[in-house]
Amino acid sequence: MAVTKKDVLEWVRAFAKVIAENKEYLTELDAQIGDADHGANMDRGFRAVLEKLPEGEDVDIGKIMKTVGMTLLSKVGGAGGPLYSTIFMQAGMSIDGKDSFDLADWAKALEAATAGVVRLGKASPGDKTMVDALTPAVKALKDATEQGLSLGEGLKKSAEAAEEGMIATIPLVARKGRASYLGERSAGHQDPGATSTFMLLDTAAKVWANCS
Amino acid sequence: MKKLINKPEDVVLEELKGIELAHPDLVKVHYDPDFIVRADAPVKGKVALVSGGGSGHEPMHGGFVGMGMLDAACPGAVFTSPTPDQMLEATKAVDGGAGVLHIVKNYTGDIMNFEMAADLAKAEGIDVEAVVVDDDVAVKDSLYTAGRRGVGLTVLMEKLVGAAAEEGRSLKEVADLARKINGQGRSMGMALTSCTVPHAGKPTFDLPEDEMEIGIGIHGEPGRTRMKIKPADEVTEMLLTPIVEDLPFESGDEVLLFVNSMGGTPLIELYIVYRKAVEMLEAKGIKVVRNLIGPYITSLEMAGASITMLKMDNDLIKLWDAPVKTAGMRWGV
Repeated sequence: MAVTKKDVLEWVRAFAKVIAENKEYLTELDAQIGDADHGANMDRGFRAVLEKLPEGEDVDIGKIMKTVGMTLLSKVGGAGGPLYSTIFMQAGMSIDGKDSFDLADWAKALEAATAGVVRLGKASPGDKTMVDALTPAVKALKDATEQGLSLGEGLKKSAEAAEEGMIATIPLVARKGRASYLGERSAGHQDPGATSTFMLLDTAAKVWANCS
Repeated sequence: MKKLINKPEDVVLEELKGIELAHPDLVKVHYDPDFIVRADAPVKGKVALVSGGGSGHEPMHGGFVGMGMLDAACPGAVFTSPTPDQMLEATKAVDGGAGVLHIVKNYTGDIMNFEMAADLAKAEGIDVEAVVVDDDVAVKDSLYTAGRRGVGLTVLMEKLVGAAAEEGRSLKEVADLARKINGQGRSMGMALTSCTVPHAGKPTFDLPEDEMEIGIGIHGEPGRTRMKIKPADEVTEMLLTPIVEDLPFESGDEVLLFVNSMGGTPLIELYIVYRKAVEMLEAKGIKVVRNLIGPYITSLEMAGASITMLKMDNDLIKLWDAPVKTAGMRWGV
């Protein structure tokens, strides 16, 4: 079972739609503890991505992911721009040159992406950031690979782990990003970055559920 | 939302067009990527200063581009850091061969994007240094936060360092001066109202008529604490005391006192705050030798004010008094 180039394009397009639909929700979450721009920024970035998505026979998965990464870097701004750019760039480099990938490849790609985000954002699990959704998702993917689960099952487990990580950000006091300026007042609110990250992995699980 | 705009997504672009039409003698505006450069850029042999940040803080930074201040400013979306390609192209456009200084406010996004831009510019052979402004005493600086925010001191730094670059000082000297300024300036702000980010369409937070936020930044984010509103003199004490104690400023010090409007608070109220601040400082034996009063680093239409204090010396006084010709600050010319 493998994810093909066509599936990757479908995932990116589906995520752009999820972001457009949840633009106000993400901005609302950000208004609670940040500066009320996460939804609008992500939407601007992914609308640009839709215009630039490369297609054609000679384009591999790595090229698609890197194009998404570069587009986000030049269109999003804020911390979300470089961080989401890094997810796609690192995953793209990990899968570079391939026309399809399996669960083990995706576990490695998301691990590389998470390492990139941690390096750039200097955040650790528990800081109330997107790392809190990414880290458990990577662990779930690796466990699923070891247990020999199917692609669909593994992706579902990673989305569930990301969702748990996202919900677990609610009581946390932010230690990185703009929410950290609020100190104790940041507790009781769900992190917008962890939320959009969950949406990204949840979209992958849904779109790639029946890859053959 | 009640704003004098057309469409939320066109706010920054239409502002840039307005700046271009209003100040052709001072600046040129470049689009896609968006940045503003002084009209005579690049100035050969002069260290160039590039800053940038989210829009919504006007006149900072675009209004500070011109002789004696910035060489370029990169505007992001409202309250969102600009992107590395803007900073890279601005850096290339203003490099006059003596190197480029990036003035970066300490926010996670600004730091990341400017670091990427500096790496790209260095790869193209441009000598780039970066200084980070983090003067907000409302934020505890520790391993467990993103560090102090860059706020009011940014305005003073851009003026002072701009004058030093205009004098012909080297990139190292200009960068060292910027770090010295950051080391001896402190700020704190408060809000009477929230503000409305155009694409959000409603105020970022609800603040009842009889309450205020102390320790706010410049992005409409809530502050450290919320309390019942107090008279101007008590609010001034609440802002000034942590500033004085943090550095600390001591008897015998000479300072520049900057009372800033967050956008919605009028000058009449800023002068009331200034008056109380001077009284308090005089009582402590601290002498105000220069001042700046007005809306210079704003948070859209937020009502509120911030106070910045910078310890001065003869060199800084001379640089402060040096000529400056920008849309937002102009004297000596």
